[in-house]
Amino acid sequence: MIEHEVTIRNRSGLHTRPAATLVKAASRFKAEFTILKDDFEINGKSIIGVMTLAAEQGSTLLLRFEGEDEREAAAAIVALFERGFDE
Amino acid sequence: MNEITTKPAGTHGEIRLKGIAAAPGIAIGPAYIYSKEVPVVEMKEIDASEVEGEIGRLRSAIVRSEKELQKIHRFAEQKLGSGSARIFEAQIMILNDLILMEAVEKRILREQNNAEFVVFDEIGKYRRRMLESSDEYMVERAHDVEDVMNRIVRNIRDQKLYSRLEGESIIVSEKLTPADTVIFSRNQVLGYATDLGGISSHAALLSRSLKIPAVVGLRKATQLIAAGDIIAIDGYSGSVAIRPSPETIHQFEATAARFRAFEEQLVGLAELPAETIDHKSIELSSNIEFQDELQFARIQGSAGIGLFRTEGQLIGRGEYPDEEEQYELYKSVAEGIYPDCVIFRTFDVGGDKMMPDSVKEDNPFLGWRGIRLMLDQPEVFLGHLRALLRASTMKNVRIMFPMVATLEEIRRAQEFLKQAKADLRARGIRFDSRIKTGVMIEVPSAALLAEEIAAEVDFLSIGTNDLIQYILAVDRDNSYVAPLFQQFNPAVIRLLKSVIDAGHRKHVWVGICGEMAADPLATILLIGMGIDELSVVPSMLPEIKKIIRSIRASEARRIAKKALSLSSAAEVNDYLLSIMKKKLPEIPLQM
Repeated sequence: MIEHEVTIRNRSGLHTRPAATLVKAASRFKAEFTILKDDFEINGKSIIGVMTLAAEQGSTLLLRFEGEDEREAAAAIVALFERGFDE
Repeated sequence: MNEITTKPAGTHGEIRLKGIAAAPGIAIGPAYIYSKEVPVVEMKEIDASEVEGEIGRLRSAIVRSEKELQKIHRFAEQKLGSGSARIFEAQIMILNDLILMEAVEKRILREQNNAEFVVFDEIGKYRRRMLESSDEYMVERAHDVEDVMNRIVRNIRDQKLYSRLEGESIIVSEKLTPADTVIFSRNQVLGYATDLGGISSHAALLSRSLKIPAVVGLRKATQLIAAGDIIAIDGYSGSVAIRPSPETIHQFEATAARFRAFEEQLVGLAELPAETIDHKSIELSSNIEFQDELQFARIQGSAGIGLFRTEGQLIGRGEYPDEEEQYELYKSVAEGIYPDCVIFRTFDVGGDKMMPDSVKEDNPFLGWRGIRLMLDQPEVFLGHLRALLRASTMKNVRIMFPMVATLEEIRRAQEFLKQAKADLRARGIRFDSRIKTGVMIEVPSAALLAEEIAAEVDFLSIGTNDLIQYILAVDRDNSYVAPLFQQFNPAVIRLLKSVIDAGHRKHVWVGICGEMAADPLATILLIGMGIDELSVVPSMLPEIKKIIRSIRASEARRIAKKALSLSSAAEVNDYLLSIMKKKLPEIPLQM
């Protein structure tokens, strides 16, 4: 299991479009992907879940990856957050 | 306004309502009651042998829901453009959420409950969480989620979709969103009648450009009208008759015939110039919000676009479109109207309009909106201005700043424009370096400072809707005080006159882009006060042109002088009515 903390960088936060980009990227990996925010945790491969996070610019999320390709998944997803979802 | 009168017995229980005329036209037909009420979903236990069939029902409901949404999405794209159609993309993504659907199927299997209950319960969890958010954007998304949920439940039960109307109907609802208006317009919609809303609501603007009669602000329409009731609506006067008697139907039909006859007289006017008998030429242009309104404006003989509302591109989204997407839209509008000009009003969000950054305000009309919002967001504003500049290479683009209240604001806006120009020069991108700019005069302080403001720009365009509401302190969308929204109040018309004179002293032209410009009763007065440009909803172009072409500017000046000397809105109104009756009896007026 890998855990990694990220901060939302893009201006509009995890709104619909970045949420879709995130889910699409995560679905390419076998590893389970969970996002934790405050008391709330959701499946990072579920668009409705990611939308519900209401993660705004500056908020911090804990990403958890678990599965055979967890290393690759973590690298790809963390990079996506760092690039601000290419917005 | 809004009083209800029940006619005496013998008229088959006819009920008359009075609302606000929002889009012209007469419609008579059966009512279709549109309500977004949540379906009642009960938990039912199912037998183990039924589980497979239940999951099958769920899956085909998802497929059907997606097909419906794809259709609506395509239609919205054609009508509103891809940016605004995104509301439906989010809903489609939820339907395609495999994790969500897997969870629903697992619960059906494990808990042995009916599919609609599990859908309702599982999606409802997310919806409740979104509703708890203080972010307005999230609350909006909760409505999307609710729509998807209801759509799936409806399809599991094999019920008909609300927008699948049988035959021609008049839509009766509490209120309509722009998306509702557009979705319904692909069906056989004869008209709209709503409880809430005002003449300037987005749905009203859209129904005017879709040429569908509408009466809004009826307050009790949904209570008094039953599904299938025959109703008659008059989008010229705002009258509605429920279960009309034969005599009433005859009256409505006569009004429709009178307007049709008048409209026939207007054919051919599109080609003729908008000038008075004594050759004073008036720039007669149109107000539009979406690209697909361009063609209609041209057919109606518009001399360009006097107001393009750029915020149309923001509908249904939580963020500003990027510079590229804005540029594409502005460029195609500029090309579409060439060689005529288009005035783009910079993003005018806040107030009654959607606000991408979702800020809750107690008093949005006096809050963070228009130019204030742009000046506080330099990056958004600069990108917006660069997109506008890049679309100006054919030299037919003008930029107008809304909601300016002080001289400093217009000076700062001009500084931003300089910066945007410098950015483009540095990138080697071409644009019209002498692009004309103007200010929308809609705040009383700007009207009082019109001469100083005029010295900073190339034109002034008076936004009468907001200006009147700020002068008289009346919310035009609040049906309780709407009658106090008096465009002919002496305070209003005298201030308009002083703005026009101030602009002329600085040699800039002065136009009007508010609803008043499209009111036939106001045309002679406005010409007489020296207005240079009138920008109106495209459907009104021929009628206003007919009035311009029927009078002398010298005579209009005399009439304006008299009107300006009167001391109440009622006196001005009656005076203008008497003039119109005498000079242009064939022009239909709202009374």
